[in-house]
Amino acid sequence: MQRFINDPDDIVDETVRGFVKAHGDLVRQHPENARVVVAQGAPVAGKVGIVTGGGSGHEPAFIGYTGRNMVDAVAVGELFSSPTAKSFLDAIRAADGGSGVCVLYGNYAGDNMNVKMAARMAAKEGIEVLTVVANDDICSAPPEERDKRRGVAGEILMWKIGGAKAAQGASVREVQAAAQKALDATRSVGVGLAPCTLPANGKPNFEIPAGRMEIGIGHHGEPGREVVDLASADGVADEMLRIVLDDHDLGAGDEVCVLVSGLGATPVNELYVLYNRIESQLSERRIRVHKPFVGNYFTSLEMMGATLTVMKLDEDLKALLAAEAASPGLGVSA
Amino acid sequence: MPPRLVGGADLAHEMAMGRIDTDFLARFFQAAAARLDAQRDELCHLDGEIGDGDHGSSMANGFAAVAALVRGGRHVPEDPAALMREAAAAFLGDVGATVGPLYATAMLDAAKALDRGPLPLDRSPEFLAAMAGGIARRGKAGPGDKTMLDAWLPAVHAAELALREGASVSEAAWRAAASARAGAEATATMIASRGRAARLKERSLGHRDPGAVSAALILEGFAEAVGPRPAGIGA
Repeated sequence: MQRFINDPDDIVDETVRGFVKAHGDLVRQHPENARVVVAQGAPVAGKVGIVTGGGSGHEPAFIGYTGRNMVDAVAVGELFSSPTAKSFLDAIRAADGGSGVCVLYGNYAGDNMNVKMAARMAAKEGIEVLTVVANDDICSAPPEERDKRRGVAGEILMWKIGGAKAAQGASVREVQAAAQKALDATRSVGVGLAPCTLPANGKPNFEIPAGRMEIGIGHHGEPGREVVDLASADGVADEMLRIVLDDHDLGAGDEVCVLVSGLGATPVNELYVLYNRIESQLSERRIRVHKPFVGNYFTSLEMMGATLTVMKLDEDLKALLAAEAASPGLGVSA
Repeated sequence: MPPRLVGGADLAHEMAMGRIDTDFLARFFQAAAARLDAQRDELCHLDGEIGDGDHGSSMANGFAAVAALVRGGRHVPEDPAALMREAAAAFLGDVGATVGPLYATAMLDAAKALDRGPLPLDRSPEFLAAMAGGIARRGKAGPGDKTMLDAWLPAVHAAELALREGASVSEAAWRAAASARAGAEATATMIASRGRAARLKERSLGHRDPGAVSAALILEGFAEAVGPRPAGIGA
């Protein structure tokens, strides 16, 4: 595969430098840590800080959600690899406006360990740190083991809700509760059509035979529920929706936020083809899409495929979703 | 905790046998860093088979950061615990993923084993067990999960057994390293249930766990710091 690349060892640092140059109105580089991006204006005195972090290669996640009324500071890891505890700690410090910090991150072994160590070190410095661990990926574990599920694109909605709550001046406990509520109302599923390759590794991280698709694939190529014949776009959309509805408490009269994200190599127009079907199928069940997002919101290098994320809304979540926010990856106008 | 007081004949005996003090740790860190650096590409290749291909760089860079702490020697040989804690912070500042917290926790637990001062080398299994215990506690893995513990746990056991059988401290250390190496080889027959390779499940069969292979290199570095390899142990 052909890439725009200098040295594989420099790709993350060069990504961060380019990102900060491109979005200087919203973000800045941490002055001492090349692997931390901070929102312009952060920390805000008295406001709860929002922190996240994760491996690189998912752009615009995670750095792209740094901004106003969104995430205050992001720790950046190697490709598909958790940031260091030191970077999480520096992000926590950079986000702390004196009212505590919520770290809203995904359920992966490395992130869990590094966040935990960073949170303990921050607590020793007198910063109150609470966490919410995203586990929206349905196919990564059965319902009775929901705590083992991984976090995927639903994290974006968790950041939006948590960021909006923090911007209202809520306490660190209230922000944690709002982010947890958003997460509990959210389910995601992924379908993979072709794998991706880590540049330093040089070979695809898994294989999907031509004419087949992997239902329930994870954000790094984790095995899904099954590999089946590639269906039509409508057939794929129906299957994704079926998996979400089977796992979620949704019925006629409900309102939802729908996020369809490409995994990197899938053309954006195909995401609209999927969304077209998803919306009409939801309508038929009298489930109203209050707010859709369609595009490359959370990718996996050049993996081909898409994820569907559905968040069930109530008035409280609708208000927080509608609150003004600005970040390179997601903006909501007032 | 009060300092461990030894004197007279005891101290002379201990000095002759060797102790885990800051001078020892300096030799250990440098030997482990050299071995990891020499195998950097091989470890990345192994990791590329079942992971993301960066294990060699993570481990070599992390131990290089730790070895840099002792470049030029240390002036307080009696406080190895403090050096161990510095090493943990250096490793944690350089390495993310899961290996960062795993080895940092191992080093912090090893620091506790040195809190009463340098440890005589006939008690080195306590130091190694603390490292292994930290890894197990942080990673919540057990034997047979196809992780670095499948090298660390047999190494601790081999060192204890060797000393019980009356082996010299250097023979015990090298038998530990050889057991770690054998444990790393055995991971090829295991299905990963922890760590990044766990997502591959049975796809991980036939591949050695890179974390177990790097653990064997670290334990060889430890043995090298204890003394030269006795004839007939390991390869």
